[in-house]
Amino acid sequence: MTTQTAAGAGRTGVVGYLTRTKKRGRIGTADVLTYIYLLVGIVLMFGPVIWILMSSFKTPAEVTKFPPRFLPYQQETAVVEGYDEPLPLFDVTLEDGSVARLAQVRRVGLEAQMIDPASPEEIIRVNINARQPVEEVKFSLDNYTEGMESFNFWRYFLNSVVVTFVATILTLLVNSMAAFSLSKYEYRGRNAIFLIILSTLMVPLSVILVPAFLLITQIGWNNNLLGVIVPGAATPTGVFLLRQYMLTIPDELIDSARIDGASEWRIYLQIVLPLARPALAVLAIFSVMWRWNDFLWPKIVLTQNQVFTLQVGLEAFQGDLQVQWNLILAMTVLTLLPITFVFGILQKYITTGIATTGMK
Amino acid sequence: MSSATVPHTHHVSVWRRVQKQLGAAFNAVLNFFIDLMDYIMHPLQRLVGIRGMGYVFVLPNLLIFGVFILLPMITNFFYTFTGGANLFLDQRPYVGAQNLERLFDCQNFLAPNTCREDLFARAVTNTALFVITQVALMIGISLLTALVLNRKIIARGFFRSVYFYPVLLSPIVVGLIWKWILQENGLLNALLVAFGGDKVGFLTDANWARFWVVMISVWSLMGFYTLILLAGLQSIPSDLYEAADIDGANVFQSFRSITLPLLMPTMLVVLILSLIRAVQVFDVVFAFTGGGPGSATIYIVQYIYNNGFASATKEYGLASAASLVMAGSLIVLTLAQLRLRGTNNVT
Amino acid sequence: MTKRFLTFVAVLALLALTTIAVSAQDPVEIRFMWYSDGVEGDVMRDLLDRFEADNPGITVTLDVVPYATVRDNLPTLAQAGEAPDMARITNFGGMRGLYLDLRPLMSDPSLLEDNFAGAVLEAFRLPDDTEGLYGFPDSLSVTAPYINRTLFEQAGVDVPSDSMDEVSWAEWTDALKQVAEATGTPYAVAIDNKGHRFAGPAMSMGANFFDADGNFALANDEGFRAFAEIVKGWHDESLIPREVWLGSGGQYTAANEFFESGQVVMYFSGSWQIGRFDSVIGDAFDWAVVPNPTGPGGSTGVAGGAGIVAFAQTEHPAEVAKVMEYMLQPEVYKEYVERSLFIPADKAVIDLGVEYTAENPLVNAALAQFAVEAGKLQDQAIRLNLHPFAFAYYDASNTRLAQYFAGELTLDEAMTRLQEDIDAAVANAGS
Repeated sequence: MTTQTAAGAGRTGVVGYLTRTKKRGRIGTADVLTYIYLLVGIVLMFGPVIWILMSSFKTPAEVTKFPPRFLPYQQETAVVEGYDEPLPLFDVTLEDGSVARLAQVRRVGLEAQMIDPASPEEIIRVNINARQPVEEVKFSLDNYTEGMESFNFWRYFLNSVVVTFVATILTLLVNSMAAFSLSKYEYRGRNAIFLIILSTLMVPLSVILVPAFLLITQIGWNNNLLGVIVPGAATPTGVFLLRQYMLTIPDELIDSARIDGASEWRIYLQIVLPLARPALAVLAIFSVMWRWNDFLWPKIVLTQNQVFTLQVGLEAFQGDLQVQWNLILAMTVLTLLPITFVFGILQKYITTGIATTGMK
Repeated sequence: MSSATVPHTHHVSVWRRVQKQLGAAFNAVLNFFIDLMDYIMHPLQRLVGIRGMGYVFVLPNLLIFGVFILLPMITNFFYTFTGGANLFLDQRPYVGAQNLERLFDCQNFLAPNTCREDLFARAVTNTALFVITQVALMIGISLLTALVLNRKIIARGFFRSVYFYPVLLSPIVVGLIWKWILQENGLLNALLVAFGGDKVGFLTDANWARFWVVMISVWSLMGFYTLILLAGLQSIPSDLYEAADIDGANVFQSFRSITLPLLMPTMLVVLILSLIRAVQVFDVVFAFTGGGPGSATIYIVQYIYNNGFASATKEYGLASAASLVMAGSLIVLTLAQLRLRGTNNVT
Repeated sequence: MTKRFLTFVAVLALLALTTIAVSAQDPVEIRFMWYSDGVEGDVMRDLLDRFEADNPGITVTLDVVPYATVRDNLPTLAQAGEAPDMARITNFGGMRGLYLDLRPLMSDPSLLEDNFAGAVLEAFRLPDDTEGLYGFPDSLSVTAPYINRTLFEQAGVDVPSDSMDEVSWAEWTDALKQVAEATGTPYAVAIDNKGHRFAGPAMSMGANFFDADGNFALANDEGFRAFAEIVKGWHDESLIPREVWLGSGGQYTAANEFFESGQVVMYFSGSWQIGRFDSVIGDAFDWAVVPNPTGPGGSTGVAGGAGIVAFAQTEHPAEVAKVMEYMLQPEVYKEYVERSLFIPADKAVIDLGVEYTAENPLVNAALAQFAVEAGKLQDQAIRLNLHPFAFAYYDASNTRLAQYFAGELTLDEAMTRLQEDIDAAVANAGS
């Protein structure tokens, strides 16, 4: 950051800021390409998510239309005297070639029966190809309200928060203790333990679903949030990351604390942990990400609604024969919001944290 | 509007005060916890000695790890040699290596149609192809992006976050989003039609589907690797470049003789990490193509998941055999990785 | 320090006390695992609320889960002894032996025994069991094609089934092609990618799904081959949206969205689409159900439908039986199917007559046509979905047919592998 300011220091104000480049005074092809690359990057990285956001405001009929439109449209309606329901509005090309804005009463076969909202007595019959729906951009919240009605959103949200929070604390505690032990103690079997932990780094949970599930059942953690929280707490990635970081902490610090009479527990909590803070932060970020998005395992452990997390609840819109896409879209956006929000606030720390401590 | 009239400093001080109080409360809780645990830990330390505390600290992790990861893996190993539809190991008949034989019952493993379990053979070849292309592309694009971000650009922090954002999304959501864009009535086809082209079956043509599976998995994870590579780039001393500049080296020469060699250790980390992720590919694709068209994008983990879990007739034995094969090859890969990184890093 | 120690002990004691307090006496709670395709879950909740009001000692909790949970997890849960008290399922034979026998528990077992077809009740039983009453279908579904009538009118093409009693797939395909061409509709025809949907037309083409012992025998079936070739032809000619069979691997994808947006002229699906079409299509075009096309094997769709069962593991068998009996009351069942727009499977309810409250005449016409189609179902078309290995066939046919349509397998290979997959499933279950 500071080098950037230095590079642009020769100039003042906005122009200086904007034209600040690697070599002072020149905007080369490389710079143009750089910014094109970055702008394309913005579109590619955020575009898909924005597309989902837009789709979540669309009606089920609009969602299936081709070509899809960026903004959500809805047909305008008019309340006409003598009709209980609001009637849809169309621009109709009449026989004399003029265009009128009419409301449709009903459609029979290829013929639409329309009325002029101003004079509702006379029924005008037109071919359905002669009418064009009058549409307006409308960000309808119907999908959200309907979804949240059939979807116990706040309950699932709370469960997701509890799982994410507790699991992250537990992950940090358990893995940092192990990393402390593996990096700062000499004992028999230490290397073997570390190797065994590492070798499972590559086996995904999805291949041991059934035995893992049976185990949870025997413990009695079925439909218990603990069954989701605990099994993933001892992650090889976490142990590895923290251990590598703790190896850089000088042993002398620990030895002198011992001489001062501090217990091992206090050394761990009050000396080692504060020093390992950057690595802990990275693990915390990963843990939050994993847990908030975790889906496969919770779906197996949690089959009662009161313990559902958001990701599991989202799937419940997938029936045997029907999938309610409009609701899935809306609820997906809701699950994205919290993590996007947190990222928006903490992005600087997250990205620098990973860049400086990640996987040394 | 009204907040604009409030002096900025006031905001800060309120925030600071809240922060301070929160911090104090947090510290109180933490101290309480430390003291509390000390009641257990102190006598324990007296019992086992300082060196014994090493075991004590590693124990909780080992316990969780052993029970929830190692034990199921061992059970899985035994499932491999049993048959039938029964869930409990003690009720399943022993069938020897039948399941493993079934997986490799082929005239020619590279021609899946000659295999008894053609889907397994397809899954293996698909995975191999995916791993090679995805890892290569991942490293290439991440490196390019890291190089771009390493230039003196405006708002580097912001752009760095831009590429990282997809990493936050759940694999299921990533699959869903891209399905929504690439399906026949999706955004990309709409754009093609709008510019006078024809619709393309991105999800229904085997080669396109394979291509997009690679692309979206790169899309969703490249931000992470970019950050690691960027850190590597920034640790290269800038005077090296200045010296090269003075010697008259052009950009490509200094890239080849300075950047690449000094970035090698970081590249190796990225290679290993992305390799692990690539072999395990599953949930994104499951939500995206479901393995189709036909079986063009079925990968090993999905094969295991389908047979052992997501089918009416659950063949635990066959699924376990496949996961044993996978775990075996993965462990070989891991050991090779440890060799590559040098042993002093491990012990 | 000692003070803190005391607080520690006090906190522990308090925690222990609250746990005890929570586990104190509660009314009986029944967990009912449910999945929803449309509004039926809300309807069931309403009905259960009424039940709870009449039976203050029992609460029924409806756990609405993804269908995949019912299909994939529930059998594992049940085997592990972790099943809910009750569940809405589709694979009736999938958990035979684990269901709760309601005969000794119901005050009037005839509600179940007399009102449902013997073959259906049998589907829940183990082979040597002839007495047990384990569950009932909450609805009957039938497969048949829907057409977009407005497109026919716009094209000026007569709907073949309006003038002829028997229309073959070839005649339909010709007419659909004409309509699609004349109206600029992208696709002529679509069929859901599921072996269940595929089965009806295959039977109409002369397929015999089962051998004399009632086992699947498809490896050399001419009717099955004939319809597979027809659908392959649709793919080769781009008459069908390729995405339906090829866009989702072995997973099920419905083609309803293509039909709802007017992009396909004929859509082969089933009676469960009615409610959705009513709300999503609205007034956009006229849709109708037409008779299943006729072939060498006649004209038949296949039956399907969800069922409700209780599990023997339940701790409250008497209360569960009470809930089941409540749902079997003809007026309760009647209200459930009427409001969900389902076709009843309960004979007493059929005798009572079902009145759907839909305002849309298209809905009533469609329901009436499905009632006709239900009457035409062949014996094998009813047995298919009730077969203990029906789901092995569904899984395998999704994969194998898709591989054939994608060109990975020849039809011979696909059919051989389909049969092998089913045989392997049977062998696996037997050992």
